[in-house]
Amino acid sequence: MSEAVNDTRPGGAGPLLEVRGLVVHHGQLRALSGISLQVFPGEVYAIIGANGAGKSTLLRTIAGLHSPTAGSIVYDGRDVTGLRPEKRAGAGIAMVPEGRRLFPSLTLEENLKVGATYARKGPWTIERVYDMFPWMKDRRTQRTAQMSGGEQQSVAIGRALVANPRVLLLDELSLGLAPVIVQRIYGMLPQILESGVTVLLVEQDVSQALRVATRLQCLLEGRTTLEGKPSDVTTDQVEAAYFGLAGPAAEGTLHAGPAEGSEA
Amino acid sequence: MAWVNAIIQGILTGGLYALFACGLSLMFGVMKVVNLAHGDLATVAGYIGIGIIAATHMPFLWSVPIVVLAMAVVGYVLQRTLIQAALRRGELTTLIVTFGLSMVIENGLLQFFSANNRGLGVGDNIVTASFSIGSQIQVAWLDVIIFVLAIVVLLGLQYYMSSTKYGRLIRAVADDREAAQLCGADYRHVFGVAAAIAFGTVALAGMAYGMTTVISPTTGTDTILLFAFAAVVIGGLGSLWGTLIGGIILGVAQQIGAQLNISYELLAGYIVFLAVLVIRPQGLTTRRSQS
Repeated sequence: MSEAVNDTRPGGAGPLLEVRGLVVHHGQLRALSGISLQVFPGEVYAIIGANGAGKSTLLRTIAGLHSPTAGSIVYDGRDVTGLRPEKRAGAGIAMVPEGRRLFPSLTLEENLKVGATYARKGPWTIERVYDMFPWMKDRRTQRTAQMSGGEQQSVAIGRALVANPRVLLLDELSLGLAPVIVQRIYGMLPQILESGVTVLLVEQDVSQALRVATRLQCLLEGRTTLEGKPSDVTTDQVEAAYFGLAGPAAEGTLHAGPAEGSEA
Repeated sequence: MAWVNAIIQGILTGGLYALFACGLSLMFGVMKVVNLAHGDLATVAGYIGIGIIAATHMPFLWSVPIVVLAMAVVGYVLQRTLIQAALRRGELTTLIVTFGLSMVIENGLLQFFSANNRGLGVGDNIVTASFSIGSQIQVAWLDVIIFVLAIVVLLGLQYYMSSTKYGRLIRAVADDREAAQLCGADYRHVFGVAAAIAFGTVALAGMAYGMTTVISPTTGTDTILLFAFAAVVIGGLGSLWGTLIGGIILGVAQQIGAQLNISYELLAGYIVFLAVLVIRPQGLTTRRSQS
């Protein structure tokens, strides 16, 4: 187990999003046991971990879809722990939920319009999303149910972006997508960051997370097992934190993609 | 000729049934609430109309928008309080709560208006005016007006749902409440808007019904709710135009039944209703996958 590292902040500004000692229960089950993290403006903060580690719960709690038993969430210097999810969205926390969660009876463009209904002022418009994903323009009147997983994921990202968030929560973008599609979707990340959006993402695909993140945290059974910059952590450390091994694995290589039998 | 007449009368009655049913269908489609007080709301609207006209002597046509608006406000408030509280405890709870609401309304009406039948005093010329097709078919203008009104309401609802900001939000919330919240939409407010529309349409239906015939405190459950349910089930739950198709089929079946024997009117309607439940339980206009 490595110590949680409180490393230096880029730019010296305060955190845009801060989670302090978050404890979340699903009924009797304790899903998160005291998670803390700080996300600074312009960062790509990655949460990695195996299935059931609590990654999605953490993101959903930040978005307001779960209420924590203890701990607090501070956004832009304001405690938002008790705020309803729609108010957090309005304040600038947008989320691309796990499994896309598009509105199936709405067309592509209607999905984006719903995203833009309560938008803050900012650079993102439906037109700009069409510029980023040119294929959307011709298919804007289609229902999203017939689209491929990668296309749906792009629509979900567009729907979150048109709200002009300051923090974008991305939950398992790679889930169920072919590696080449995952590459293409993560290829959009620089454009999103350029527009001034800060990203907090959850990813099971560790190599993908290490590639894009400025800092990362590894969760195991609701606890932080590793925290740091991708350049500062070794493959062995990540593997140990991911699988919960007592020490660094003897001959471990970093597993890309969902690892089987990692529920332990 | 008598059969043609039955079909024409049945189609026109179907318009009124659709007006009753579209609000029921909307509330089920959006918030999965089966509103057992739906028929009583129509009766309440009729009684409010009677009360307003008696108290202020305003012309009937003026009272319609007032009643519709008042009921829409009641719909929003009831949804945000009582029905939302019931929804939080599960969809079945809404059945019990709206059933209770229905009891409260009926007994409240009995208390204030007695069990006597009442009609909306609209003036005889509108109610009795009619025109003839050929020598044997008499069509009441009022029935035509109500049918056209139903079409206009359905067209308006369709436009609202497909082309306005709130219509889009209502569909989004019906699809995925949580995802809509993540887009900044307060689903409880959106539910309130949907309920306001449903209550407004049923108020309009209640006023129309009060013009064609008389209402009593129990009309809502005895007649209106059952017809509305039948129309919704025949047409397909949650489908807007399905309520018109369902209403027309129910109306035509009743009129044909009555043509065979006057006591078969209701029976014929329910036989069609049961037949649809057996053969196509998802309704005529809905695909199975959506049900």
